[in-house]
Amino acid sequence: MKYYPSTSARFTAGFGCFLLALLFSLFSLSVLAQEEPAETDTASLSVTPDSIPLEYYPLPPTNVRVKDAPNDAGGSIDVQWDMSPDDVPEGKVKQYRILRAELIEGQRREFIEIGDATAGATLFTDGNTEDGLDYIYKVVAVNSLTQNNEVVWEAATESMPAGPVRSSAQWFDRQRVNALVGVLLLCVFIIYFITRARAGKELFIRKIAGLEAVEEAVGRATEMGKKIFYIPGISDMDNMQTIAGITILGKVAELAAQHETWLEVPVCRSLVMVTAKEVVKEAHSKVGRPDTFHEDQVHYLTDDQFGYAAAIDGMVVREKPATIFFMGEFFAESLILAETGNASGAIQIAGTAAPAQLPFFIASCDFTLIGEELFVASAYLSREPKLLGSLKGQDMGKAVILVAILIGIILETFDIWSFSTLFSVID
Amino acid sequence: MFVIQYFIPHYPFNRMSHWFSDWFAIILACAIVLGALNLMKISIQKVIKKKPGWGYAVVIIASFLLITIIGLSEGEGFREPGTWFDWLYVYVYTPCSSTMFAILGFFVASASYRAFRARNFEATLLLLAAFFVMIGRVPVGDIISGFMPEGARLSNLASWIMTFPQTAGQRAIMIGIALGIVSTSLRVILGIERAHLAGE
Repeated sequence: MKYYPSTSARFTAGFGCFLLALLFSLFSLSVLAQEEPAETDTASLSVTPDSIPLEYYPLPPTNVRVKDAPNDAGGSIDVQWDMSPDDVPEGKVKQYRILRAELIEGQRREFIEIGDATAGATLFTDGNTEDGLDYIYKVVAVNSLTQNNEVVWEAATESMPAGPVRSSAQWFDRQRVNALVGVLLLCVFIIYFITRARAGKELFIRKIAGLEAVEEAVGRATEMGKKIFYIPGISDMDNMQTIAGITILGKVAELAAQHETWLEVPVCRSLVMVTAKEVVKEAHSKVGRPDTFHEDQVHYLTDDQFGYAAAIDGMVVREKPATIFFMGEFFAESLILAETGNASGAIQIAGTAAPAQLPFFIASCDFTLIGEELFVASAYLSREPKLLGSLKGQDMGKAVILVAILIGIILETFDIWSFSTLFSVID
Repeated sequence: MFVIQYFIPHYPFNRMSHWFSDWFAIILACAIVLGALNLMKISIQKVIKKKPGWGYAVVIIASFLLITIIGLSEGEGFREPGTWFDWLYVYVYTPCSSTMFAILGFFVASASYRAFRARNFEATLLLLAAFFVMIGRVPVGDIISGFMPEGARLSNLASWIMTFPQTAGQRAIMIGIALGIVSTSLRVILGIERAHLAGE
């Protein structure tokens, strides 16, 4: 038996459905109203990854050129391109993406992304190539919309492929030709003047007060019957300033041995200790006093910068040396050492090529060898023609630089900049 | 080799400086033993012979043995936070080191006082330059000179001194140093300079 609902029942059911539909619609609208962001980019809502309008696609970059990166050890290829016409401020190009495919036995492999470049860039260096292998590159202009660090949509257009190209190492860095010319020129000057000095040509060397005072300083210690301290800096034997300092140590040690004055060399590097010990020992032998050399004269303290400064300060305060030499590379400890020595009343001669420490030494020491004077000390003290010749060559180099500076000043004053670029050194 | 590798990027020259640096680091690590042994030898002799200041030598020996024993006993992770070695480093070594560095402030004051006395023309020039640079680097400099045109204010004057005369002087010194290094290197390479090898 079939059941037929009455009219009133049908009406009631229909009205109920209507109410349910109304409630559902209101609920849906309220939910939608909550989900809708306060500020909506209409483009982001109307565009989905599957339906990106054609006008969102940027024009591709053109004229893609690839070449082996120059002046390197291989493993790099430079990719250059002309910017997409849409790569303008607020334009369609957000970035460029670089794709690379290997070409093995004539077969091109799949393109893979190897990096990206910001909009406006026209060069990318692929530093991850294998020398001898052929590569093909494409540059892709990318337009995209990102919200909350998530890409909403992306429209990309590829350039024509460029290549094949392969990377290789070079045997000469052409960017450093100017440095090579400079070094060779200086070497020629130095060797020329050494040859002249060997031939007996008299060379004039200006007086350097700090080096003139070395003998006086050693003599003072002898008269007072006190020690001489020699501090060869806090760098190791791989530093040219330490080598210069050790060279001067030899001359000071000879004078001290002649005067039978105790020379103490506290060091902060083991290799410097070994070298300085040999130098002082040799100096004693040279003046015919090997018996006056003691192993303890040259001793190690610590590798630590401020530990070394503290140890020397303690020794200076306790032992009150008559003379202190600071010859080598110093850092922040320079003033701590020099001021303590100054307070103890010692005569102090310093020499360093660390420009930042020079004012401290000038303020606290009696004599200071400024920069290059540290390197000429050996020649100056020995007066050996070969060494003096090298100083003359060095001065000649300085004269060339001076002339170049003058020419540069004049040219740049008249808005000619190309001359100064000859002297730029690329690391 | 170092000179050549600067101009030749090709293998093996491009690796040479790294190889030499590695070898130098290895030699240095081995040579530290020489230094440590020398320090111990001299300190022990000082204590045994009761030389003046032997008490300091006792501190050196005790500190050396303490840090060495603790470092060795804690194995590979001796530098990890929470180890005894780390505790000594953070609470003993670092404060001592910082104290020494902090003393520098007082030494700068005493050295400045001596350097800036207007004894002659050069010292007076130095004093004036230092005065303008120091006052131009603090806010009060611009407050004092606020009534002056923008370019003549003390901060700009300080910048001008640092950018032009100071930089020019420093560059002159740097050029001299660079030439001196090249010249000394050449003397060492050619064997003219052998004093550092205990030669003539």
